[in-house]
Amino acid sequence: MATITLDTVRKVYGGAVEAVKGVSIDIADGEFIVLVGPSGCGKSTLLRMVAGLEDITTGEIKIGDKVVNNVDPANRDIAMVFQNYALYPHMTVYNNLAYGLKNRGMAKDEIDRRVKEAARILEIGDYLDRKPRALSGGQRQRVAMGRAIVREPAAFLFDEPLSNLDAKLRVQMRVEIKRLQKSLKTTSVYVTHDQLEAMTLADRLVVLNGGNIEQIGAPIEVYDKPASTFVASFIGSPAMNLLKVKTDASGLAFETGAGLSGANPHGRDRYIAGVRPEHLDVVPAGSPEAALTLKAKVNVLEPVGAESYLYAECGDGGPEIVIRVESHAHFEPGQEIVLSAKAKDVHFFDADTGRRIDG
Amino acid sequence: MNRLKVGDHLILIAGVLFMVTPVVLAFLTSTHDNIEIFRTGLQFDFGNEFVSTYERVLTKAGGFTKEVNGFVMLKNSLILGIGFAVGKIVISMLAAYAIVYFRFPLATLCFWVIFCTLLLPLEVRILPSYEIVQKLGLVNTYTGLIVPLIASATGTFYFRQFFKSVPDELLEAARIDGAGPWKFFIDILVPLSKTMIAAIFIIMFVYGWNQYLWPTLITTDEGFFTLVRGIKQILQVWIGAQIPAYNDAMALAILAMLPPVIVVIVFQSWFIKGLVESDK
Ligand SMILES: Nc1ncnc2c1ncn2[C@@H]1O[C@H](COP(=O)(O)OP(=O)(O)OP(=O)(O)O)[C@@H](O)[C@H]1O
Ligand SMILES: [Mg+2]
Repeated sequence: MATITLDTVRKVYGGAVEAVKGVSIDIADGEFIVLVGPSGCGKSTLLRMVAGLEDITTGEIKIGDKVVNNVDPANRDIAMVFQNYALYPHMTVYNNLAYGLKNRGMAKDEIDRRVKEAARILEIGDYLDRKPRALSGGQRQRVAMGRAIVREPAAFLFDEPLSNLDAKLRVQMRVEIKRLQKSLKTTSVYVTHDQLEAMTLADRLVVLNGGNIEQIGAPIEVYDKPASTFVASFIGSPAMNLLKVKTDASGLAFETGAGLSGANPHGRDRYIAGVRPEHLDVVPAGSPEAALTLKAKVNVLEPVGAESYLYAECGDGGPEIVIRVESHAHFEPGQEIVLSAKAKDVHFFDADTGRRIDG
Repeated sequence: MNRLKVGDHLILIAGVLFMVTPVVLAFLTSTHDNIEIFRTGLQFDFGNEFVSTYERVLTKAGGFTKEVNGFVMLKNSLILGIGFAVGKIVISMLAAYAIVYFRFPLATLCFWVIFCTLLLPLEVRILPSYEIVQKLGLVNTYTGLIVPLIASATGTFYFRQFFKSVPDELLEAARIDGAGPWKFFIDILVPLSKTMIAAIFIIMFVYGWNQYLWPTLITTDEGFFTLVRGIKQILQVWIGAQIPAYNDAMALAILAMLPPVIVVIVFQSWFIKGLVESDK
């Protein structure tokens, strides 16, 4: 177990593509960090630099107190779980788990003890003599986890380990990874582009965008106070509604047309206002003005079971917004509705930089 | 539907007959007496000289020096065929490994240079090759017979394509598991290449076994004769003024055919198993 420290780590591929642009993160001992971001934002690259599979262009990575920039992957005391599992196809499950230990010259009975122990924890004891091709996706995933566990490393690195599984299995394995990490207390860095996976697993989230950190924080913190429009639209599902607004004498208004009202909170003349689908309430016409009030026309109602999502068009020709409503709510296409949001649920971002404006 | 099946089978049977008849005739003829063959040509039934012909061919010393018999030639052919195939596989795997997994200057150029040697078969470079082998004093040695032939552009190419199809994550997982370049090669790549190795072994063994020109040049000592060239050589000596020993020649030809057939059968089952069980 160890801390991991990244200090302005950069990665430039082939002298041209800057995949990671000076990232600094302090990861505490035993912490579960999730790197999340859209495809191509550099999360795999960052993880692979920690693993030692990719050279660090500039900056410094420390595992424990040791700078590992020039240390071989095998000597960094880490274990990695790959998206496609990367099990050795010609070896039995047992040998897949044992291979790394054998290479370190560990005694046979210690290897056996560790493999059996990992197999017990992951419930793969029955498959130890099988080859990976004779396993289901979920079982392979467990073997890949087992290969990481047996090494008893200072840190686990996961690169989208669940994205090859079907939805149900993904949820199940997600819970299991979380439980496992909590009981082993091994520092973990987990890469995913799935915001739900990120929210549920992380002690702290690192939201990456285009090689830069947008925000670091506990999942709920990131959800409650997104640092930028990017984070706001990336974390949470369906995504936060982002509305371009201007201000006039009466307060907030849409840049195009009517349909929005509210007080100007920060004395600026342009904002991007954000409000999550779950924080918009459908209220009777003529209700008292809230922090934000919207007039909209229903387009579609999308029931997903436990709740429904209402898609509506603001004002005349304004942006489309999403509202979460209760599961059996009834709306007709074309119906006029009034929506309101409380002050604490409305986020304001700088209209040019997209950074959060805090009051 | 049924008619179609009958038609299919007829075509297949015709193909089989076309391929097998000459071999069967050679075998049947080899079981007959020399004089009878000379008088009546190819034989269509099983004669009563089977045991004696094959025994003579395998054990009776022939040639000028009377030191080479069927067994010796069989041994030489096996050494050539196996040495040739194994050598080619080892060399081309190592070359492909270097090309695919190591970044060295001009790697691509190196690959294409190797690839271009495909355009230069042995026959084209046979004189300089002979010159070198002769200067090294390797004439009439197994080394001289095998080593100059084992560089293989074809093998290198196939292994290169195969290695490129192995997922990178496997290499990365192995690196994290503490496998160095050599361990990765031996522990991961070689076992994964089993199918490929079997396929190339079949091709190369047969190719090596059937070499004629090079062994003819490089071995003047009859103790190094291979079966393929022995068939001709021994026949020439034995005929003299007498009737050519057709039965012996046929028997040798049959014997010369057996090992490649066995190799193909053995490795093919391996090969197909490998394909069906597709590991990657
Ligand atoms: N070997 C490479 N050479 C050049 N550019 C690369 C290389 N590997 C990655 N990149 C680039 O670096 C950027 C980050 O890639 P990376 O693989 O880290 O993305 P990612 O966040 O993991 O995306 P995904 O979610 O799709 O896996 C991308 O723009 C990619 O094109
Ligand atoms: Mg990735």
